[in-house]
Order: sequence, then structure tokens, then C-alpha cells
Amino acid sequence: MRNLTHLEQLEAEAIYIMREVAAECEKPVMLYSIGKDSSVMLYLAMKAFYPEKPPFPFMHIDTGWKFKEMIKFRDEMAEKLGIEMIVYTNMEGVKQGINPFDHGAAYTDIMKTQALKQALNQYGFTAAFGGARRDEEKSRAKERVFSFRNAQHAWIPKSQRPEMWKLYNTRINKGESIRVFPLSNWTEKDIWQYILQENIEIVPLYYAKERPVVYRDGNLIMVDDDRMKLQPGEEIEMKKVRFRTLGCYPLTGACESEADTLEAIIEETLQAVVSERTSRVIDHEAAGSMERRKREGYF
Amino acid sequence: MKSLLKFITCGSVDDGKSTLIGHMLYDAKLIFTDQVQALELESRVGNRDGKIDYSLLLDGLMAEREQGITIDVAYRYFTTDKRSFIVADTPGHEEYTRNMAVGASFADLAVILLDATQGMLIQTKRHIRICSLMGIRHFVFAINKMDLVHYDKSCFEKIERSIRQFISEFETDSLRFIPVSATEGDNVNRKSQTMFWYRGETLLDYLENIEVDNLTGEEELLMPVQRVCRPNHTFRGFQGQIEAGEINTGDEVCILPSKEQAKVSDIYVADKKQDTAQMGQSVTLQLDREVDISRGCVITNSNQVQISDMFTSQILWMDDTTLVPGRNCWIKIGTKQLPASVMDIKYKIDVNSGEHMPGNQAFKNELVVCDVALSEKCALMEFGQNRSLGSFILIDRVSNMTSACGVIMHTLRRSDNLVWHETTVTKQMRCALKNQNSKTIWFTGLSGSGKSTLANALENKLALMGRHTMLLDGDNVRMGLNNNLGFNEHDRVENIRRIAEVAKLMNDAGLIVITAFISPYETDRENARRIIGEDFLEVYVSTSIEECEKRDVKGLYKKARNGEIPNFTGVTSPYEVPQSSELEIDTTKISVEEAVDMVIKQLKI
Repeated sequence: MRNLTHLEQLEAEAIYIMREVAAECEKPVMLYSIGKDSSVMLYLAMKAFYPEKPPFPFMHIDTGWKFKEMIKFRDEMAEKLGIEMIVYTNMEGVKQGINPFDHGAAYTDIMKTQALKQALNQYGFTAAFGGARRDEEKSRAKERVFSFRNAQHAWIPKSQRPEMWKLYNTRINKGESIRVFPLSNWTEKDIWQYILQENIEIVPLYYAKERPVVYRDGNLIMVDDDRMKLQPGEEIEMKKVRFRTLGCYPLTGACESEADTLEAIIEETLQAVVSERTSRVIDHEAAGSMERRKREGYF
Repeated sequence: MKSLLKFITCGSVDDGKSTLIGHMLYDAKLIFTDQVQALELESRVGNRDGKIDYSLLLDGLMAEREQGITIDVAYRYFTTDKRSFIVADTPGHEEYTRNMAVGASFADLAVILLDATQGMLIQTKRHIRICSLMGIRHFVFAINKMDLVHYDKSCFEKIERSIRQFISEFETDSLRFIPVSATEGDNVNRKSQTMFWYRGETLLDYLENIEVDNLTGEEELLMPVQRVCRPNHTFRGFQGQIEAGEINTGDEVCILPSKEQAKVSDIYVADKKQDTAQMGQSVTLQLDREVDISRGCVITNSNQVQISDMFTSQILWMDDTTLVPGRNCWIKIGTKQLPASVMDIKYKIDVNSGEHMPGNQAFKNELVVCDVALSEKCALMEFGQNRSLGSFILIDRVSNMTSACGVIMHTLRRSDNLVWHETTVTKQMRCALKNQNSKTIWFTGLSGSGKSTLANALENKLALMGRHTMLLDGDNVRMGLNNNLGFNEHDRVENIRRIAEVAKLMNDAGLIVITAFISPYETDRENARRIIGEDFLEVYVSTSIEECEKRDVKGLYKKARNGEIPNFTGVTSPYEVPQSSELEIDTTKISVEEAVDMVIKQLKI
């Protein structure tokens, strides 16, 4: 026998977690955000149940403001793998014209947090896989792998259930649900190294390419469609950029980069001096903002 | 490729634990610059003077930052050229013992911090005890604040001696003592210039090189089955993670608890077909013949695994509610989940001193040694032999809280020696002789709700119909069989258990049993249902508390309101409304005769 490598250990752990959920939870779903962590999670789910297809559907909460390339990638993957992909949008928010330019934090709440709650309630899902990792943010660092939500979908950090060894308690009362994070123990580097090792397909936006961008509030924002109105003094420039995280295009900062291969991306990540969530605009507001959001039901 | 080391750090804020880990990350440039900026920013607005406060890297939750303590386990990740690390940073205070146990159950090694100016404290002993209970066999003691004792060698050695003496009663595989200064960084990442007398590695060097896996190659195969994979009628695979040993195509394996044999025909490591797989890997196994296997079974080639339904264990109680022996709960062992109950508590262990103390209940953060009985036989091992089949959690049946975690000390063969005596005359024959079907009608409801009246009327009617019955009434049973029981929670649980067992025996005798007990707790009624089995019929007498109090036939409510009766159901003690009664009767809405007819209709006799 040999020592397993750390990637082998992380893979085996994630698969173990997914199988526990499939075996014990009544109605699971895997949330799919189209990002690289979701790509790894989807890839692991295909492995975990092989030769069976994952015994649960996938769900994407679509705000209507994702990069076009993301949507294309999502539909292609679902088709290719033959999995059920539910796409949910908060139509009430769309009717009210809620958008990321005019509504700021309210936009995130209505189109993401509320939309997610609505979708989970509508389908009656009792467990939802998410791709969050503990190295992303300080309050995530303290969250369990199986994280409980009350009937209002709120996280109550003070009453987290103790999680011992690999003995996950999946029992819930009516109305409650569980968020499950099989990638809890992965770091950003692990994700990239695993993508390279397993040759996992990811959205091309992660690779550096000439793209139309504008500078706005210190971020490079890509002009993905004509809904983005230029402000006085702003000018569209073509720059070689890539994205470290993917979300709604008006809220996702690009970074200038030459990294157009996986190897180059990993090289860049290993030397990174800015952790990935800086490019996600919401985390900055104040210390503890992520925790506050999660208590309100943000994933 | 690098290996992974999972370790836990124990110690309290005063020992500088968060500072130590924060410094390790900071010095090794293992944190990203914007986190450093956030740290410096928060340091300035925080209540500690302008210097960088490394501990802020770790204290994640708002409540913690405000209180300046670490209340939950935080997981940190870092990589050096040699190894990847996951650190479980845990709180040290006694009231957070359970959070520390969470971190310890995850780790292979413990870094225990001590303050050199204080030496070994009671909390150090507690940390060692909890880590050891959860299965840690590798310990590193970082004697911190050496700068405050002038880097004195003899002070360090004195602390080392006292710890060595204390830890000798625990099982350990490696021990290391390192003098450090977390604020200055001495012997954390770089060799201390001032402690030239210390010849060993720095903390980080040591953690990079220590070997924690015991891969002797002699372990036998153990794989608890997580799920059965059957995408179509030709493929049937058993999925799980290998907990010990290795397996090759063609190996003969045994399936527990059925003890059936089969050969492994195919092995998939995740989605790839391979000839061999080993400990730690998540696999799918196919066998060469049809064997009855479901989730919770264990595939093995070991004869060390025991099949039992009772064991002695050490448990850590973690729930806000009290542990009451006899009460039913869920247990999860390996991948198996089933009903169980804690039997007698043998003794409690003082988490600080290790002293044994008597007690028949346990409270949050207390350690107890007790027997646990399972509702069916399972594959089990002693924790010392295997973590995965030797550890378990207990889950509350109502709140679903993880109430306790525990380790198996040894299994009990009681059930093997005690065989249910199969009599020649069977229950069916006894029933046939009486020309009836046995049944237990279990009336539950508040005092004064009309249980006894209904039970009495029902028995009268049944007697007139020529049926053989027996009425068990609360007060009557308490005057004899249960005259050694009081009214506290523990005794109430035992009271109901005995009645259920008696009812069960009478059902076996072919009798129709009628019981009239308040039986206020759902878990106890569910326990009675489990003991009595299919003969059980629960009737909830749902007369409201206002009506019961108005009737107050025995004058008990009045006494209870005056504080003369402690633990009176409905007044000072809760009544849990039944969730799964076969019948509900509100005596304010229907007459006794109507109610009796309703019950008899349900009986189908």
C-alpha cells in the first residue's frame, strides 16, 4: 500500500459525501453555477455514481445577467452528459426590472438569494449540494460539510450540529433543509490542479483572451451585451483578460493576463497575491458581510 | 505528489493559539495580500493596539470577533513545498469541549499549546483526553511564550516532564516538545537564535516530515457499503470507501452481518476499472454471485469484526437536553443508521481530572461510560482496531440533533448467550384457544383526560363480548411492579419501558391488553411501539388541558398549581402531542360508549 496523494484523498472524500447524500437524503439537488468549482463538482458526481448517472437533478439559478458563454457552456454540458438541468429565474424580479446596475445589493438578494429560496421551496428539495470551499472566506472556514438551514433557509452559526469523523447526520424535520459542500476541504490551487490532472472542461472565460472591457470603480468589467450602458468618461477597450471567478458579468471583475493555457493559469494562481473573491464585488462591503448574507439565506 | 496532513491545534486564547497559526501562515507568505490588508485594517479598528494581530486571520465569525474568543472550529489550508496541510483550529474553553471534539475527530495529529509561564494546566489535561478519545495518537506540545520566561531551558524541561508523566496513561504513537514564541516567531518557522539549547526541528519542519499513517500492509479489508448501484438489470455494484486494507479482483470476501461469501469480479476506483484498490479510495465492487447486500453491510476479509447488538462505550454528550438512559434514539455506525438506546450509565469521567464519578444522567460536555443496545445486530469493531466501525453518533429522535459521539470499548455478547426461548405452544396457538387476536390498546393523554374511564369501559365491553383482557392502570402498576420508581425523567422512561415489556408478554399469552398511562414523551411511546410491535394501537385522548383542569377528579391540578407536586404533566412538565396515533378521542365531543365503539371497530377482532 502507498500513501494516497492529497488530490486522491480529496476526491475520495467528495465522492463519499455525495454517495451519503444520495443514499440518505429524500430529495437532493446539485446546484450548478457553471464556474470552475461547479465543473469539478459535476465531474465528481459523474464519477461517484458511475456507471449510473447522478441520481439527482442539477439546478442553475439564472439571474439573466450571466456571461453568454456561460449559458452556452451550461446547455452543452447538460446535453453531452445527459443530465437533468433545471434553470430557475425569479420572474417576479425580472418583471420589476431588477438589474445589477441600478439595484446593487438588492439585486443580489432578489435575483440570487430569493430566487434560490423560491426554487428550493417550489421543487421541495431537502438537500442541495454547493461548491463552496472553506478557504474562500472566514465565515466559510467555520461551516460544516453538512450545513443546516431552518425553514426560512437561514444558517444559524451558533447552533451548528457537531460533525464527527465521517458520520454525517442527515436527519431533518419538515421544512428544514441541508446544504452540502463536498469541496469544503479543497483550496483554489487544488481545484486548478485537479482540473489539469483530469482534463476537466471549463468555461473559456477562464482563459486569457482579447475581450471588450471598461474600467469601473477599480474593476475591469467586460461588456458582454448592449444592456451595459457606458458612463461618462468610460471607454470600451480591447484587453487580454481572464476571469478568476464567474458570476453576473456586470459584477465580475476581470484581470489582465497572458494565461491562455491551464498550466499558465495554475502558474499564475500559485503566485497570486490577490485572493479570488476580491474580484467579486459583494464581499468587500464590510467585514462579516458574507456571514450576514448567509444568515439571511445566501448560499 | 504531496501528501496531506490534517492536524488540530488546541489551547485557549490566552495561550496564543490563533497567534501561532496566524504567524505560521503570515511568515510563510501563505496568505494572499488582500487578506493581509483586511487583517491590518481590522487590527486598527479592533480593540488591540496598532500592531498586527495575527489571531484575526483565524477568528471568523462576527460573534467571536466581538467577544475576542474562538467559539467554533475553523479550518485553514496551506501548502509548503513538501506537504499540504489542513488545520482545525479549535476553542479551548470547557464549555466548547464538543467543538474541540469535532476538530479532533477530523485530525491525525494534535498541536497542543501551553503557556510557559503557567505550565501544564487542567485544560491541557482536558485537551489530551479529548484528542485521545477521538483517536489522535500523535501529539506535539508547543510550549509558547518562551520569551516571557527568558527562554529558560529548565522551565521548558520541567513542563516536558510533567506532560510525559501525565500522558503515559494514554495510547500514543509519537510525542514531541518544542519551545516557541508565537508573537516573535521563534521555532515556529525559523530556528530560534536565543534558544540555542534546543536542537530539534522547528514546528513547521516537524509537521512537514512526520509520518502519521501506519501502512503496514497487513490490515484486512473493510468496506462499509454506502449504496447499491444498479443502473440496469445487468449491473449491480456496491459503492463505498475502503476503510482498511486492500482488495484485488478475484479475492474472496465475506459480507456482514449475513456472513455470506462471494468473490470480487470487478473493481472500479471512482469510474475507472482497476485490478486493485486500497484504503482511502472510494470504489464500486461487483461480486461473482447474487448476495443480499444493502446499505450498512460491511464487505471484509477480516475475522476481527464482531456481530453484536450491544456494546460498552465511552461517549461525549453534546446536547443541551439531558441524557436519560433507556430513551430511544437513532445511532449511526459506519454507514448504518438504526434505533438504539443508552442502557445503564456505568460511571462518568471528569473531563479535567479523569476521575470516575457515579451518576445516572449526563449533561452537555460530559464524558460517560455506558452500554448501548441496538435494535438489530450490526458489524462492529473496537475503536482501537478501526475508527470507522468503532465510532458512532447518537441522534435525537425528535430534534434530530447530533446528541453524542462515542467510541466502542468492547462489544457485549449478552445477546449471544441469551436466546429467546421458542416454546412449543406459540402465540398463535394461545390466541386461537382464546378465539381472538392479541392487541395492546395504549391510551395516552393528560391526567384527567378520561383514559382510565375509557379503558375501564372498553374492558367491560370486551369482557361482555367474551374476550380475554388485562387492564394495566398507572397507579396500580406503580404500587407493585414499579414501586421503586419515582417521577423524574429517568424513572418515567423506565416506567413506560417496563409496562411495554409486560404488555408484550401478555400479548404473547394471547391477551388483549389495555393500558392507561399519561406517557407524555413521544420517544417513550415510540419505544413502546417498537417493543410491542404490530399489536400496538395508540389512542390519543385529546381532552384539552383546560377541560382536564376543570374536572380535576383527583385534585391533582390544584396541588400542582400550588407547587405541591413537582414534574406534573401539563403544568410543570411537558406533554408531547402524539404524531402517529391510530386513533384520537376528544371526550368533550363524544360519549364514552361512542368512544369504546370506535376503538372496538379499530381492533378488528
